[in-house]
Amino acid sequence: MSYNQTIVFKNKPVIIGSYSIVGPKEGKGNFGPYFNYVMKDDSFGEDSYEKAEKKMLESAIVGAIEDAKIKPKDIQIILAGDLLNQIISSSYAARNFDVAFLGLFGACSTMAESLAIGATFIDSSHFDKLVCATGSHFSSAERQFRFPLELGNQRPPASQWTVTGSGATVLSKTGKGPKITMATFGKVIDFGINDVNDMGAAMAPAAMNTMLAHFKDTGRTPDDYDLIVTGDLGKLGSEILVDLMEYNGIKLGLNYNDCGQMYFTRNQNTLSGGSGCGCSATVFNSFIISKLRKGELKRVLFMPTGALMSTTASQQGETIPGVCHAIVIESDVEENKKIDRNKKRRVTTTRKVSYGTKKEV
Amino acid sequence: MEEKKRNEAYNNYVKAKIPKTRPWPSLFNSFLVGGIICTIGQGINDLIMLWFPNLAEQTAWGYTLVILVFIASFLTGIGVYDKIGKFAGGGSIVPITGFSNSITSPAIEFKHEGIIYGICVKMFTIAGPVIVAGIVSSIIVGLVYLFI
Amino acid sequence: MYYLWVFLIGGLVCMLGQVLIIYTNITSARILVTFVLIGVLLEAFGIFDPISEFAKAGINVPIIGFGASLAKGAIGAVRARGIVGAFTGGLEATAGGIAAAVLFAFIFALIFKSKTKS
Repeated sequence: MSYNQTIVFKNKPVIIGSYSIVGPKEGKGNFGPYFNYVMKDDSFGEDSYEKAEKKMLESAIVGAIEDAKIKPKDIQIILAGDLLNQIISSSYAARNFDVAFLGLFGACSTMAESLAIGATFIDSSHFDKLVCATGSHFSSAERQFRFPLELGNQRPPASQWTVTGSGATVLSKTGKGPKITMATFGKVIDFGINDVNDMGAAMAPAAMNTMLAHFKDTGRTPDDYDLIVTGDLGKLGSEILVDLMEYNGIKLGLNYNDCGQMYFTRNQNTLSGGSGCGCSATVFNSFIISKLRKGELKRVLFMPTGALMSTTASQQGETIPGVCHAIVIESDVEENKKIDRNKKRRVTTTRKVSYGTKKEV
Repeated sequence: MEEKKRNEAYNNYVKAKIPKTRPWPSLFNSFLVGGIICTIGQGINDLIMLWFPNLAEQTAWGYTLVILVFIASFLTGIGVYDKIGKFAGGGSIVPITGFSNSITSPAIEFKHEGIIYGICVKMFTIAGPVIVAGIVSSIIVGLVYLFI
Repeated sequence: MYYLWVFLIGGLVCMLGQVLIIYTNITSARILVTFVLIGVLLEAFGIFDPISEFAKAGINVPIIGFGASLAKGAIGAVRARGIVGAFTGGLEATAGGIAAAVLFAFIFALIFKSKTKS
């Protein structure tokens, strides 16, 4: 059954393995305890940050395959993407696997894009087992999109911190684990924001558009989900999204939050929060999947957003288009015995935290 | 047309929503750091004049600037200047040390791309416009003075 | 005592840069260009020297001083050598600073590695 933008899967793909790897700063953030591996040094033993990003992605894929307790040769295709020009991290990481590869670009929405395409492949029975992966690195993104690291400048208050991290998920036709039940592919939406330091505001309309399409296609409401989570809108962007949804007559409650906003603690100096492919990918492959496996979350709407900009386009005066893809993941644990309310609260209420103190500016 | 209206409304809404920061703390920081850097420059200049009293004033300034450029370049190399910059903002961009930082930082950053295509090519990504603007405008000024 | 003037004027000039950052969101390359042009203009209208008289390093250390010496060099050379001076004078006067910045940047780029922020 399919609607305009939403696919409802018949043979629901199962998430049988996941892995997340992050940098040291991310490891000290709010999701620290959930990550599989926290690097001691974000160069990861490589001589450049691009190589480190590639190596992170590679180890995330290997880790997810191990977590799924299968062999690398069981994987039939790798779906991956990243932020660097010509998605080099993904394709260079894929060169070390003897597996078919499909490179994707959805900016920071790549995790949902790869999962949605992967789920469609499995639902249609063309593939049995595949890996979806993405990652980003603060230092490589900084130098591609912004300024050299050593340049002494200040970050504007709405700017976000690119997450150093990589996440990979193994999807399978059979097995035990959370299932992907739906996917909503998003349109490219541009509301005319051209401030490259304000990605949250540029992407929020895309999140709104996809969310509205999802609710319209499925007839569901926000209350049908234990957790609705966007990717990297940040503090500012997620507040904008709440306002935009309210404008459209849908009220997002405490079950809505944003990975980027939750990612770092308040004194980590990240202003509006985390961003980048790695932001949603590492939260999804650590926190969200572990909660789904335990049954503490039953049904999650995961909708990372991506800003489809390039430095060339914005220097030529273009505005920033955004895209957002959504997937629905449901837990396979039937009995929802004890929900760790405290834990859930702790994370879901950080949205109410006000903007940083003077010092952060 | 409707889209244009929508975008305009959205941009206005976002502008109102963006977190406002109180300007005074950052203005004070930039004032403090900028003042300190200039005072250090004056100190270096006075020391040079003290040790080499026969030096022309213009030459002494030349030495002073070279020393400041050296210090800033070194601080950039050991990763201290960007921390000063985070605190001071304009206070460490406007002095000549900021110019030095803007040349050294891309040079270090793009080292991995090799000496020619990395260090040499990228060295002027930020400071290039400064030199171009300075040269062009000084030539114009010179030509104007030729005719008056 | 003139150290106080140096500190105050230098601080004010740098604060002007911060005002530009806060209210116009411009990047450091644009700030540097703006201040170099200010320096060139100050020198061209003959305002720079009177300020420099009592502000000393307060106006010479900010990149305004760099712009002023460019203009000063060009003006002086034009008077001494005619039209060719407009082309040679500016760079001649500032060659030391530029050459030093390039040399030190090159050396330190060879020595140091970029460090990530936290």
